[in-house]
Amino acid sequence: MADMIKKATRESYGEALVELADINEKVVVLDADLAEATKSGMFKKKCPERFFDCGIAEANLVGTAAGLATCGKIPFISSFAMFLAGRAFEQIRNSIGYPHMNVKICATHAGISVGEDGATHQCNEDIALMRAIPGMTVISPSDHIEAKAAVKAAADFEGPVYIRFGRVAAPVFNTSDDYKFEIGKGLLLRDGKDVTIVATGLMVYESLLAAEALAEQGIDARVINIHTIKPIDKDIIIKAAKETGAILTVEEHSVIGGLGEAVAAVTAEEAPVKVVKIGMNDKFGYSGPALELLKLEGLCADNIAAKAKALAESK
Amino acid sequence: MNETTKKELMITACKIRMGIIEGVYNAKSGHPGGSLSMTDVLTYLYFKEMNVDPQNPKWEDRDRFVLSKGHCAPALYSALAHKGFFPVEELKTLRKVGARLQGHPDMKGTPGVDMTSGSLGQGVSAAGGMALAAKIDNKDYRVYAYLGDGEIEEGQVWEAAMFAAHKKLDNLCVIVDFNGLQIDGAITDVNSPCPIPEKYEAFGFNVITIDAHDFDQIEAAFEQAKTVKGKPTAIIAVSTKGKGVSYMLNKASWHGAAPNKEQYDIAMEELKAELAALEE
Repeated sequence: MADMIKKATRESYGEALVELADINEKVVVLDADLAEATKSGMFKKKCPERFFDCGIAEANLVGTAAGLATCGKIPFISSFAMFLAGRAFEQIRNSIGYPHMNVKICATHAGISVGEDGATHQCNEDIALMRAIPGMTVISPSDHIEAKAAVKAAADFEGPVYIRFGRVAAPVFNTSDDYKFEIGKGLLLRDGKDVTIVATGLMVYESLLAAEALAEQGIDARVINIHTIKPIDKDIIIKAAKETGAILTVEEHSVIGGLGEAVAAVTAEEAPVKVVKIGMNDKFGYSGPALELLKLEGLCADNIAAKAKALAESK
Repeated sequence: MNETTKKELMITACKIRMGIIEGVYNAKSGHPGGSLSMTDVLTYLYFKEMNVDPQNPKWEDRDRFVLSKGHCAPALYSALAHKGFFPVEELKTLRKVGARLQGHPDMKGTPGVDMTSGSLGQGVSAAGGMALAAKIDNKDYRVYAYLGDGEIEEGQVWEAAMFAAHKKLDNLCVIVDFNGLQIDGAITDVNSPCPIPEKYEAFGFNVITIDAHDFDQIEAAFEQAKTVKGKPTAIIAVSTKGKGVSYMLNKASWHGAAPNKEQYDIAMEELKAELAALEE
């Protein structure tokens, strides 16, 4: 698995938009002066008449998208996660969420893997904010293949969708031949009986590496990819809780309000087992190279394997 | 405007004001002051200007109206009811549990409401999106957004203004209800957005200042707005808060308060007298 092709999921977003330009006339794309970074600029090149740069004004960007949606357009809006889910939260809540607008909020540069820009630009709270909005679908793709599939699924889906993409190049481990994306459906990537690792986004591949390492130590770890955090796939989580007796969640996001708490909410009500969370522990990020930051915060295969082992042995 | 048309509009406006008082009184809460100050312009829009069909509220070629100052929903609901989108009697259900007439406009529940609004500053952005959609589709419908003068203290209003002018949305017309009062007092005392016409001019708008209670001026403004190409229009509608009800005139305290039974009776008597005089 070591020599894989790497690609940032924001690139996948741009590629998917370019493909959508040809197949869906209703799609319009809006950005807030970050089209080069979010990769919505790829759509701009392909289809300039349906691309609108709103400038550095995210509140108006969100409202404009809402207005376009009332007229039958399918707006894809992009900026960094911090400035959409964060800065424009209330606009998303009241102008998109409450009227259930068909707007796709595509936020790039999520999590601490933003790297050198530091804490002001590293959004570790977007999943928590977006999943709190009634009727909002929240997706966090794990790699290029999944990210492209998610964008296309969102275009076909009626209603507001939040998708988070990463800045850093990430291993492409899903295979396009047999990959099938379904909103709200978790994916069992590796079966196992001793412990379950539930991961999202960049952490899915790290969890697979961790499971390999665990196997060498005689621990049989199940790995589940939860790309849709809301609505969450309760069945796959309940089954894992019952069959493996312990769950480790891994996300490049705060442990408050993210995947971990979404999973724990399911198990607490339906199949109580111990749930241990790996994520940002109620703290802000800081500047540094993305991969180094991920390691320092324990968002890497080594730490996942260690935590999963301890959890399996504590049962 | 000929005198017959003007009289008809004045009669309709008076009925709409009665509907506002009816709604707010029955709800025991709501925002009568700003609803009454915008009534004449709103009446002109729905009964003379806008191309809408009460039998087909979602008609895709209709003109759009966004009440960016969403707390003045009693005025919008009363106009929609009198236009035939739903029964006038329903105005009494304002703000009640299970009612279609929510405290602030809900496009999902109420026929004729083109945009959900209420959080100030947001509606005008949506109006810009609607105007942009018309440009994309080469349609000739127009979009109207009604703002409060206190509302324009919101930064998003100016983001939207920059956008509308830059994208040359000449099919967008914003109206600022310049009654001079917001919840905490005079807008010039709280956090003055003045001078308002100069600000919109600086943002690249065609700006027209009118008396919001003079139908000739109202008509002239909307007619002129339609002739301007390449830029959006801002109509600064100088109004009187509480217009039509003597004890509410120019009082910030009537921004968000409902009349009691005695006050309700006085308001309705005044409006009925005005109506009777107009119908003579």
